[in-house]
Amino acid sequence: MRLTEKDVRHVATLANLNLSDEEVSHMLQDLDGILAQMDVLAGIDTEGIEPMAQVLLETESAADDTATLRADVERPSLDNEVALRNAPVSGEGYFKVPRVIER
Amino acid sequence: MTRHTITSIREGLRAKQFTAVEIAREALEFAERENPKTNAYLTFSPERALAAAEEVDRKLAAGEDAGALAGVPIAVKDVILTQGVRTTCGSKMLENYIPPYDATAVERIEGAGGIIIGKTNCDEFAMGSSNENSYFGPVRNPVALDRVPGGSSGGSAAVVAQGTAVVSLGSDTGGSIRQPASFCGVVGVTPTYGRVSRYGLVAFASSLDHIGPFARNVRDSATLLEVMAGRDRMDSTSAAAPVPNYTAQLNGDVRGMKIGLPVEYMKHAAGETVDRIYEAVAKLRGMGCEVRDISLPGTDYAIATYYIICTAEASANLERYDGVRYGFRSAESSGSDSGKLTAMYRNTRGEGFGVEVKRRIMLGTYVLSHGYYDAYYLKAQKVRALIARDFTNAFQQVDAVVAPVSPFPAFRIGEKVNDPVSMYLSDIYTITGSLAGIPCMSVPCGTTDAGLPVGLQILCNHFEEQKMFRLAHAFENS
Repeated sequence: MRLTEKDVRHVATLANLNLSDEEVSHMLQDLDGILAQMDVLAGIDTEGIEPMAQVLLETESAADDTATLRADVERPSLDNEVALRNAPVSGEGYFKVPRVIER
Repeated sequence: MTRHTITSIREGLRAKQFTAVEIAREALEFAERENPKTNAYLTFSPERALAAAEEVDRKLAAGEDAGALAGVPIAVKDVILTQGVRTTCGSKMLENYIPPYDATAVERIEGAGGIIIGKTNCDEFAMGSSNENSYFGPVRNPVALDRVPGGSSGGSAAVVAQGTAVVSLGSDTGGSIRQPASFCGVVGVTPTYGRVSRYGLVAFASSLDHIGPFARNVRDSATLLEVMAGRDRMDSTSAAAPVPNYTAQLNGDVRGMKIGLPVEYMKHAAGETVDRIYEAVAKLRGMGCEVRDISLPGTDYAIATYYIICTAEASANLERYDGVRYGFRSAESSGSDSGKLTAMYRNTRGEGFGVEVKRRIMLGTYVLSHGYYDAYYLKAQKVRALIARDFTNAFQQVDAVVAPVSPFPAFRIGEKVNDPVSMYLSDIYTITGSLAGIPCMSVPCGTTDAGLPVGLQILCNHFEEQKMFRLAHAFENS
């Protein structure tokens, strides 16, 4: 095992994910099995290879255009009422969340 | 309805055999009646469909151009936003989400007269290879109802195979269009990365996500892609390269076309799927193509590379589901006085996401976390460059690469659900093309003895969709 339950709980905290004890134990098994498959990468020589963060399209027209920012023109954004329509809890034109400051 | 194509609807409208409204009504009735068999649709959009159909009829009556997709009933995968029509991503998290805007692909389809009749089931947030990860239950394969339709775009493949839509939209991150197309016996196309705008496609892994078409023949898939493709100001990664007239070039000659068969793909492969691929290769030779072995040495590393990159990107993209702006919020922490904000986030995400999504968020968070970033994420990005280079080298020798889509045909529902590693390994033939960002497609190439469809994958170089379609069309008609 390369992972412990403590590692799994730590990662769940980083991911803001509440996991039950049962989920933690399943996750430990699953992640360990998957990470074992990932080890194959360690043996590959990538000396001098640039990381590929994006599919770089080398056609000239694409490069020109994708590098261009749009004109700085004012455009309407979502209406306040429309933007709030899917909110689980809202009021007074705002998204409402549990109180974060003690009175 | 099951026999209609884009072409037959165009001709029927022109000959006044039916109106667009009649076709839309018939399609909706048929789809609603047939859907309990497969669970492929999650939502129907009759109001929107009929309004669009009326507009097509009005244009036709006025002698105006009604567009390349005039009157065609189309289904859209439920990870693609449709204004006013519920878009769930197959997740409890977005069970009641009504998008305030349309995806660019949707806007262009309706602009071309297409009739969106409903939204299709899929693996939750497009994560899966069997459509069993949907909060709304699995989709059954219309070819064999006890089997999966593939995933993640299982619903979109199923509706086209079942005839409850003429064409449909799917999304592909590591094979989510091609694999279900092969399992259901239809055509599925993953275009060049950036060929179709991702605006309004709910993000899974942004450097790998594509929108693409499903159809019952190559011509229809080419028509649909042509409508959607092209630069969009709302997606800075969308490509400006001009969109060729794919359908005009379908009948071109394929004699002398050089085709590569990757030795790494075929070395472990066995069974009826491979028999069908070798028969397809013989057919291609018979058509005058020159087939030779090629090597894609990075193939063995593709699964590890893909699952590191896609989960890392997913863990970042799915951070937005926090119970604040849209979607599910845990009852454990609703209201404004019941606890801390972080508890609300954690309970919401813990309860709102399914098993596979949590697994990928966890894996992605882990590979991006302090101390592991270089060993996993950065390393995977470098290996991705090597895998892309394999294809660059291959396309110096050949015009197209052909391969299986999946190592096996559609499997039984439940067969692989408890074995994530084996499920991931089944993506081996599709993820290499996704990592390289090249266009690839699945075209039917026969069935197994049990009658299960097998797909032939065709891959071409960036922006060479027209060549890919030409080969697929010639193969389909041979």
